[in-house]
This record gives sequence, C-alpha cells and structure tokens, in this order.
Amino acid sequence: MINQSQKLNPKLFDKKVEEIPIRKGFGDGLVIAGEKNPQVVGLCSDLTVSTTMNLFRDKFPERFVEMGVAEQNMASVASGMAAMGKIPYISSYAMFSPGRNWEQIRTTICYNDRPVIIAGSHAGVSVGADGGTHQAIEDIALARVIPNMIVISPCDAIEARKATVAAAGLGKPTYIRLAREATPVITTDDTPFEVGKAQLYYGEEKEKTDVGIVATGALLYKALKVAETLKAENISAKVLNVATIKPIDVEALVSLAKTTGTIVTVEEHQIIGGLGGAVAEVLSQNFPVPIEFIGIQDKFGQSGRPEELLEHYGMGESHILKACKRVIERKS
Amino acid sequence: MRNLTDEKIKFLEEKARDIRVSIIEMLVSAGSGHSAGPLGMADVFTTLYFYILKHNPKDPFWEGRDRLILSNGHINPVLYATMAHAGYFPVKELLTLRKFGTRLQGHPHREYLPMLENSSGPLGSGLSQAVGMAIADRMDRGKTSDRFFYCLMSDGELDEGQSWEAILLAGKERLGKLIVILDRNNIQIDGYTEDVMPLEPLTHKFESFGWHVEEIDGHNFSAIVEAVGRAQAVFDGPSIVIARTIPGKGVSFMEGDYKWHGDPPGIKDMAGEPAKEEQVKIALHDLRTLGGQIKGEHE
Repeated sequence: MINQSQKLNPKLFDKKVEEIPIRKGFGDGLVIAGEKNPQVVGLCSDLTVSTTMNLFRDKFPERFVEMGVAEQNMASVASGMAAMGKIPYISSYAMFSPGRNWEQIRTTICYNDRPVIIAGSHAGVSVGADGGTHQAIEDIALARVIPNMIVISPCDAIEARKATVAAAGLGKPTYIRLAREATPVITTDDTPFEVGKAQLYYGEEKEKTDVGIVATGALLYKALKVAETLKAENISAKVLNVATIKPIDVEALVSLAKTTGTIVTVEEHQIIGGLGGAVAEVLSQNFPVPIEFIGIQDKFGQSGRPEELLEHYGMGESHILKACKRVIERKS
Repeated sequence: MRNLTDEKIKFLEEKARDIRVSIIEMLVSAGSGHSAGPLGMADVFTTLYFYILKHNPKDPFWEGRDRLILSNGHINPVLYATMAHAGYFPVKELLTLRKFGTRLQGHPHREYLPMLENSSGPLGSGLSQAVGMAIADRMDRGKTSDRFFYCLMSDGELDEGQSWEAILLAGKERLGKLIVILDRNNIQIDGYTEDVMPLEPLTHKFESFGWHVEEIDGHNFSAIVEAVGRAQAVFDGPSIVIARTIPGKGVSFMEGDYKWHGDPPGIKDMAGEPAKEEQVKIALHDLRTLGGQIKGEHE
C-alpha cells in the first residue's frame, strides 16, 4: 500500500484526481527561485508561454532574455552568463534543448562546468497530436551521458516545482525533464524531495514483496495504480520514484532489488539509454535480478491522443501489469 | 586609449617576435597542432595582452578584468604563448602543449587551466558565450560598466549558423561592451574561405546586423589600437574589428598558404615546401630575424 511517510496526495486514487501539467511546476518553481536568489535569470527561445517561463518573465522582466528560435545560441549565451555569476535557466521543448543544441550543452555548459539549468518541456509521446518530430523520447539519454550533468525527471507539477527551486542551489549543469499534458498530482508540498534520492511511494522500506517497480515522470501514476491492481490479485509490489536519474540512487535501487528480487522499469522514453538502461547498469553490477522494461522500444512517435499513444507504444497500465507478472515468473 | 609611441611599437614588435618563436617551439615539441592561425594572430594577441586589456597576470581571477573569449580554440598556441610571456605561467611550460597531464590541452579546457575564460574547440560558440557575459555584466553594472568583452574568432567559423544567431542577438541587445576581433586570414582547412563558403561582403553583413565595423591590417599595432579604441567608444551597439591577417605571418614558406592551417613545421614533406628537416630551422630563422631584416639575437 501507499507509503504513508511520503505524505502523497490523499485523493491519489480518486476518479477525479487533480491534474496539472508538469511544466506548470517549472514555471512556479522558477518564480520562487528568482525570488530567493537575484542571480537567477531566464532565457527562452520563443516558447515562453508553452514552457511557462512567462511567469518568471512577467515578474522579473529585467532578468529575462528572449532568444528567438535559437536554441544553440541560448545554451552558449547561458554558459557565458553563468561565467559572470548568474544562474541561468533555459527553456524550450526537450526536442530542441537538449536535442538541437546538444553539442553546445556538452562543450559550453558541461565541459566548462557552468551551472546552467536546462528545462526541456513537452517530453515524451504524450505531447500527442504534434507528432513524432516534437516528441522527445531520447532526451534523458542525451543528457545523462554528458559528464558533470545532473538529470531530474519529476513525476508531477509539485515535484517539478521542488526540483526547479533546488536546481538553483546545485551549482552544476542540470537537466529537468517536463511534460506538456495535465497529469495527476501524486505528491503534496510535504512529500520529501531531495536531488539524488529516490523515494519509495508504495510499500515499506524493509518489506519483502513479489515485485519492485521503478518509475520516473508522469508514468509513475500508472505504476502506482498497477500496484493497487496487483494487491487486489494478492501480488505484493513496491514502487520507487526515481526523480533524479543522474546521479542515480544506487542504494535505493539495490535495496529494492534485494527485497523484491524482480524489477520493472517504467518511463516515457527510449529504454536504450533511459531509466531502464540506467537501472540495468546499476543492478547488473551490484545485485543482478530479472528486469522487465516499459518504455519506447527503439521507435519514433506519431500523432494521436496521449492515452492512445501510450497504449500503442506499450506503456499502458495493462502493459505494466503484464510486465510485473512476467518478471515474477522469471524469478521462479 | 592613447596612440602608440615609436618606443611602444618597438616593444610590441619584440614581444610578438618572441611569442611567434614560442609558438613554433611549442608546436614542434608537441608534434601536432595549428601553425597558420596562431602566427597570423600573434600581433593582435600581443597588442591585447601588452597594451589594451585591463588584466592582472598575478591575479587572473580579478573581478574587474576585461574578458577575452577565444572562440576558435585551435589557435590556442598563440593564446598560451602570449599568456606565458605576459606572466600568467612560466614560458617553459609552453613545451608541455598537447602532452599527457598538461594544463595546456590541445584545445582550451578550463578544467585544466581554470584561468581561461572558456573552453573552446568546436567552432561557432565563443561569440554566444561572450554575448552572454556582456548581457550578464549589463544586468549587474549597467551600460557604464568599465569592463569590455573581447571575442577572438575566425572567419571560417562564420560558416556556423550559431555564429549568426549570436550576431543577431548582440545587435538586438545593443551590446556596447562587446568587441569582436575577427581573424580575417581567408583560409580554412579545405581551402580559401571564398572558395569553401563565400563570406564577403563581410562589412555590409555586420553593418546590416546592427554592428559597428572596423577593418584594419591585423599586423599594424597602431591600427589595432586605434580600431579597438574607436570600438570602445561605440556604446549603443556591438563592434567588430575585421583584422586582415596573413596566415603563417613571419614564416616565409607558410605565409598565405592554407596547407599550413593544421600542421606544425618539421612533420611532413609537402609539394612546393622546404624539406621537412629544414622547415623548423627556416621558420625560426625567419621569425628571429624578422624575415632577414635584422640580425637575430638568438642566432
């Protein structure tokens, strides 16, 4: 059952659970970060409202720079501003930043080790109708492969707000992955959040269960619902929220593997190089157990409604449920 | 900035000569690296570090310093050699260029030499960083800030789209403290710039983007000082000094020849060039005697 110590949304499993776009948490968080620290500045490449950076722009117009449609320039300009003591947040769609401007992020931000925060919105196939060109499903891989980079993939708007505020204090290049669609609010203001720490949202720390689900981003909600479904079928599960994909919480993953003996990873991203890849890297070295992967299987996205697309690409609740049962079979 | 006295010009000439000799020595020691660009920009770098820049080699992180952002990182032998001669680190350290464990990486890397303003190598991103620095400085200190941001870049990297994104933004933001010095040496790896990807009319291009343009002989110390002085006086927009330089300047067989873009002397025989065994000797002789005009002090 839900881990009470995490103080999650009490209406989590209600039919009318509150839904807010994850990107909105970024906009709110950036205003808070800006209020706390006068060095925080915002740069956006012509997507200020879409990425919700307009909240910061309207509050601190003198600390906002409109870049035009120029993500490569944006990354390097931010690096220069960081060199002068600023804490720049740059926002665009994930497809364009860190997609289009990957080399500029690598060389001028990470190689220089400048504390620039890259907010990539509209990640995942749930962007929907815009189609495959705009559905970033490689961005976690792109970001996490660069030395010095921290990678955070929040599960809801509240966690995105906390991550955005926390990033200003990290002093490192940081990628924050955001999604467009309104998604269920899983956490509350009181839910613990710490960069680099995974949180167990379902099940108890020491408890042994049949399966351990590791999820990141909005699909965490489906993972939690699957855990409830499994409980009704007398199969016990734990669900770990891996919001920080790099540096990944090795201790939490190993502990989960030891107490469950089976892992299912869940992400709206290519399995290659994404959360699935990251978890497999950790467990194969520390505590190998059977793993099943839910995520995009080396394909591009297409137009459709978010739910249709998640079903089509094998990231629906039924897929997660089947993966759990499959991995349990592999254990025995 | 005051105009140069004859005495100061002589001083700069001698410094530039020593820096060019160091460039050849460090490249020969490294066994690889770029020759033409560093030799061509030696007079500009000498004038910057020994006359124009507000800086303190004994306190490289002094907040009030002007910033020098090298965009085309591959000409870093001239950056390292000039910094060493200016007192940032020992001249003998130059011989560690490109070797394992060196602070003088093949392309500039701040992690190894933190006193650098930026790492660079991949072309076309230095100007963006300089633009970011100038914007940040204006946020903190306003238009009357006494720091200047000098971005040194090459003509070849104007092929990069990102360069033009930064040129657009600098014009929009009217960055009066930003001064680009462009190494207009007309060569890049595959040939002459106007054959590879025509850039002219460069002056008109920059002016139409809202830039103040100066065009000078990049080997004339007085012209460099005067052009930068005029650029400093322009406060409502960015400036570019298009420095026409001779690639390989100072070494007879390298001057104006794009084949020497990416190689040091003494490594390989090339058609129409001195035999590889002779190249280093000729290069150093050319430099030390200013092309035979004077008797070299170290001969």
